[in-house]
Amino acid sequence: MALSNSPAAATRPARSGGFTSRTLAPYLFLAPFLLLFIAFIVAPLVYAFYISLYRDTLVGGRQFAGAASYVKVMGDAKFWGGVWNLVLFGIVQMPIMLGLALLFAIVLDRGQVYAKGVFRLGFFLPYAVPSVIATIIWGYLYGPSFGPFTQMAKAFNLPAPNFLSPGAMIFSLANIVTWEYVGYNMVIYYAALKAIPSDLAEAARVEGASPWQFARLIQLPLLWPAILLTIIFSINGTLQLFNEPYLMRFLARNTVNSSYTPNLYAYSLATSNQQYGYAAAVSFVLGIVIAGASYIFTLITNRRRPEQ
Amino acid sequence: MTKIFNPLGRTMHRRDFLKVAGASVVVVGLPAAVRAAEPVKVLVWSWVPDLQLQVDMFNAAHPDIKIELVNAGQGDPEYQAVRAGLQAGSGLPDVVQIEYQHLESFRQVDAFADIGQYANAHKGEFPEATWKQVAKGDVVNAMPQDTGPMAMLYRKDIFEKQGITPPTTWAEFADAAKKIHAADPNVFITDALFSSGDWVTALLWPMGWKPVSRDGDKLVININDKISKDFGAYWQDLITAGVIETKPGFNNEWYTGLDTGRYATWLTAGWGPVFLTSFAKTSAGQWRAADLPQWDASKFATGNWGGSSLAVMKSTQHLPEAAEVAIWLCTDPEATKLYTTKQFFFPCTSALLSSPEWAGNKMDFYGGQPVNEVFAKSANAVTPFEWSPFQSFLYQSMSDEFGASIGGEGTLSDAFDRIQDAVVTYAKEQGFTVA
Repeated sequence: MALSNSPAAATRPARSGGFTSRTLAPYLFLAPFLLLFIAFIVAPLVYAFYISLYRDTLVGGRQFAGAASYVKVMGDAKFWGGVWNLVLFGIVQMPIMLGLALLFAIVLDRGQVYAKGVFRLGFFLPYAVPSVIATIIWGYLYGPSFGPFTQMAKAFNLPAPNFLSPGAMIFSLANIVTWEYVGYNMVIYYAALKAIPSDLAEAARVEGASPWQFARLIQLPLLWPAILLTIIFSINGTLQLFNEPYLMRFLARNTVNSSYTPNLYAYSLATSNQQYGYAAAVSFVLGIVIAGASYIFTLITNRRRPEQ
Repeated sequence: MTKIFNPLGRTMHRRDFLKVAGASVVVVGLPAAVRAAEPVKVLVWSWVPDLQLQVDMFNAAHPDIKIELVNAGQGDPEYQAVRAGLQAGSGLPDVVQIEYQHLESFRQVDAFADIGQYANAHKGEFPEATWKQVAKGDVVNAMPQDTGPMAMLYRKDIFEKQGITPPTTWAEFADAAKKIHAADPNVFITDALFSSGDWVTALLWPMGWKPVSRDGDKLVININDKISKDFGAYWQDLITAGVIETKPGFNNEWYTGLDTGRYATWLTAGWGPVFLTSFAKTSAGQWRAADLPQWDASKFATGNWGGSSLAVMKSTQHLPEAAEVAIWLCTDPEATKLYTTKQFFFPCTSALLSSPEWAGNKMDFYGGQPVNEVFAKSANAVTPFEWSPFQSFLYQSMSDEFGASIGGEGTLSDAFDRIQDAVVTYAKEQGFTVA
């Protein structure tokens, strides 16, 4: 209950309905971000949508096509093939990556780990490596003729593993992405774990819960919002995969074709085919697919866990 | 004294007025006079390393023209900048470096000026096939700067060890491939770069392949003809026998492979010899050059891989000066000679190709062999070739479909069928009338 002589009352605007620095301040603070956001995210999106309504032809220039590009994308086997590649990729990679990140976070949170800081930094370090560098490093490691794994296999007279064959490429890429992002997800979980009140841990210890029971019955349920967040981030990131397959092409062009992932497909449409309108349409449909996947996922998880 | 109205409200006298008027005429007229003496600025986009040397030579020799050199990217990034400039209608250079294979794509969007009136005088300075790349009849859009005629670099020691003579025909090449791999499973006669559309095109080139050509205002698309089927069948045999590799080139694995003797030959272009010396250091002295294997020993013919030209953009405000720049940078004897010693270009002027100094240059890396002679012979045997107006798309389609076939989806000949379908569909979508 605010009293009339409380500080809040004293700072209420003298006149109602006027611009004061108080009401203007939030917008001023947001302005730099908003300007950049509009200039570099919103405006290009609007322009991309505009050109997705047109067709670019070498003979006849730009012609209005309306929704024809979108209809074409829906029936484009290359696009959906790329999406399917990433679904397979995600099914394998997401549980492993998030599982590892959860495991590392819980173990590091225990408090009994020797040189905890070193491990924390070590797990996070791959995320600090730019994905381009990471893929180049892994490309060297995967080298089928001269890479370290091949050399080791030869030293033991074993057949050299081919990480870049069509059958293995998805797993090789999944390995790189997992290596890159385990640290990032681990940090999110670690922060969420730190937010769990410590008296719960005490109570659990008093009650005689084993560390495994504590993790499964108390930490995981409380961690659920963070897990949900990382799953949605991962769905987002997986379906947009571009850097790693693009760089792998230089080593394995025969396996990673120009429509291996939807973003790679959009890129080749724009650069090799000069079909900018169609590339924009592919990008928007991909965006819709990602939004749809995230929405369906949140629906499923909300239905299984009733609101408390 | 007469009073003259002055907007500032102060009265002015006639003498003072004349002084001010005279001074302002001089002030206004001076920049115009200076501008008339200022050299014409010609903006050149090129990724040739150290081109500033030739540019400085030009600027010194031409007081009325000044080249401004900008590196706008190498290859594709520069082409994207050019396309953006064409769309925007501004921001384009006067002269731009364009590889021969993409000239037709830019002709399609009417990007170039016709410098025939200035350039045709230099027609005789280049081999015919080279000139035909930049000119259509009397219309000249670009000047040839360097080329890449095909020949074969091979490891003398590997061939000698197996007692095989370097192949001169493709039949001999296939035999040698099987022998070499049978003797040592870690050695292949070559890495066939099927992921590089331009390498494949260079080999199909002397066979008379005409993938996309113009017939009036129609486009004739003939990708899966008998020539490509024969070619596909030949290489498919070698792939199925496992005696060649088909990995992408120009990466660490490939450089190491060439250096350590995993690959006994490299079917490459005129820029290959110098390029090889930069990464194959431990095999120095073991490499030699020989002619490209032939399908028909009686008709010596080769193709071209790479090389670029200097094209003049239609949007240029200074056509005579831009043409002069392009022509000079590609024909001046001193400048073109410098390309061979400083930038290690493969020259394309007939004068340099036949000069004893350049052709007779013995390279230790090649055991003292004057390898340039081999490539100069090839340069004069390059047959004419027509590029498509959508070469990037054709290359991408080739990489994708060859990759799929190598991965198991049918044979290389099937790949040509799929490329034909893809290109016909694309051409029709792009508004071409396909014959």
